[in-house]
Amino acid sequence: MSNIEGPIQTKRSAALQPLVSRIFLIGMSLFYISPMYWMFVTALKSDRELATFPPTLWPHEINWQNFDQATRTFPFLSYLENTIFYAALTILGSVLSNFVIAYGFSRIKWPGRDLLFYPVIASVFIFIQFPVNPITMVPMFSFFARLGLVNSFLPLILPTFFGNPFFIFLLRQFMLQIPADLSEAARIDGANEFQIMYRIILPLARPALVVVGLLAGVNAWNDFLGPLIYLQNDKLYTLSLGLTFFKTMHGIQFNLLMAASCLVVLPVIVVFLFFQRFFMEGISLGGK
Amino acid sequence: MGLLFISPWIIGFFLFLLYPVLSNFHLGMTQYSGFGEPEWIGFRNYQELLKDPLFWTSLYNTFYYVLLAVPLGVAVAIALAMAMNQKVREVTLYRALLYIPSIAPIFALSMMLIWLLNPRFGLFNYLLGLPHIPAINWLGDTRWSKLAIVLVAQFGAGNFGLVFLTALRAIPARLYDAASLDGAGHWQKFWYITLPLLTPTILYDIIIGIGLGLQVFVPAYIMTGGGPLNSTMFTALYIYKNAFEYSQVGLAAAVSGILFIINVVLAVTTFWSSKYWVNYHLE
Repeated sequence: MSNIEGPIQTKRSAALQPLVSRIFLIGMSLFYISPMYWMFVTALKSDRELATFPPTLWPHEINWQNFDQATRTFPFLSYLENTIFYAALTILGSVLSNFVIAYGFSRIKWPGRDLLFYPVIASVFIFIQFPVNPITMVPMFSFFARLGLVNSFLPLILPTFFGNPFFIFLLRQFMLQIPADLSEAARIDGANEFQIMYRIILPLARPALVVVGLLAGVNAWNDFLGPLIYLQNDKLYTLSLGLTFFKTMHGIQFNLLMAASCLVVLPVIVVFLFFQRFFMEGISLGGK
Repeated sequence: MGLLFISPWIIGFFLFLLYPVLSNFHLGMTQYSGFGEPEWIGFRNYQELLKDPLFWTSLYNTFYYVLLAVPLGVAVAIALAMAMNQKVREVTLYRALLYIPSIAPIFALSMMLIWLLNPRFGLFNYLLGLPHIPAINWLGDTRWSKLAIVLVAQFGAGNFGLVFLTALRAIPARLYDAASLDGAGHWQKFWYITLPLLTPTILYDIIIGIGLGLQVFVPAYIMTGGGPLNSTMFTALYIYKNAFEYSQVGLAAAVSGILFIINVVLAVTTFWSSKYWVNYHLE
């Protein structure tokens, strides 16, 4: 444990340091990737190999057809469509609403602004899972049930158009860094607030908006509790519900369940690898 | 003008946060099956809860989980951040590998862990078996079941790992240089420089962790369903079952209200305590 604080090294240990670091890093990485490794390996195993004890550490014969079979065991494509629909509208709602709200919290000076920001911070701390979480789900469900909106995506999507405390916080942090002079100059030139927001701040805030869009999309893709409560009609199921349903129906066939899990997890990983820079920036922004 | 811009949030705050939080206390005083009209019964739900051993079990399990998962989560996140901060050429690869499980869906991670922790065919018991550690029935044994749920949360620590990494990199190198000149070792540097300067991030992690821990639901719902013998029956699961499986909406709302109060009290206490241990002054 004595090697871990990073960049500063004494001369004596400098030569040894990268080796010790690598062993430490490889060990941790192996542990962290083990669930995905086991998922992928299991997804490729035949039924017979799955039942051998002790388990094989890699598939001795590779069964790609498990993936094909998994997608035919439950309506994968229609659940995929529902999930994409949910994620796309969540991205739209989150980017639009949080941009405008964060603009009001950072680019305009008005009395009470910073006072009204306290509830945003307080909400982040208790309701990081927003909008559906165990504390608010019972009254929210009753509310949407009385409106007859259960079994639709509306209870999941509507709230995303009214701001998310964490995203407001994130975007406000970002927009506070944009020099106030830019807005002032435009104001002097006679631009109104909406023009400044749209023409000047929007292009500059684009990287932060990409972060919000990505996080919102991943949140929707990964959401389980929301669909569990509101989507009771299996035609509306998202992949998260489909996978659980799959487990109760075919619980024994873990190779198929893991193949289905792979298909659900893979898009998230691909999106992450494509937009890695944005994810990392978003987190360092939130950590300030 | 500013109010106009933030008006969606004002509506959202009232409708999706304040209304349900307050409504919990109102609904909590009714008998309500989810259909028809709620019937006012005063404090009867609360009296019933006091007598329900399962309610107390759920609180015990939840506190057990929070007390274990939150400190462990902070330690793991700091360890991850230090790993991510190593000076090796391919460090971005390790960063990605350590971070990826935290953006993977928790429901899928829970599915993976069911199989990873399978007593007979799981990788974990296989590896433990190499040095002849007897097989552990992770999800079927009350001694291990809560730990299995805690484990799921640790796979998601990469997120806060990156937050800590940002904080680590903000520590000025001259502090370490000065300490080296004074003959400080690695451990001393960690204890007297790194850790104190990470305390604001630790506070942030603890408060978020308390909220997530008190509201833990998905891994238990998927991996154990609250079992075995209610050993993973967390309060959030208790709320869910009452509201959506037993049609005890009023009772579930009462529990949600209690959970909210516990969450606020713990968050505020933690925040208040920070003046004794959080270092706000150095950059």
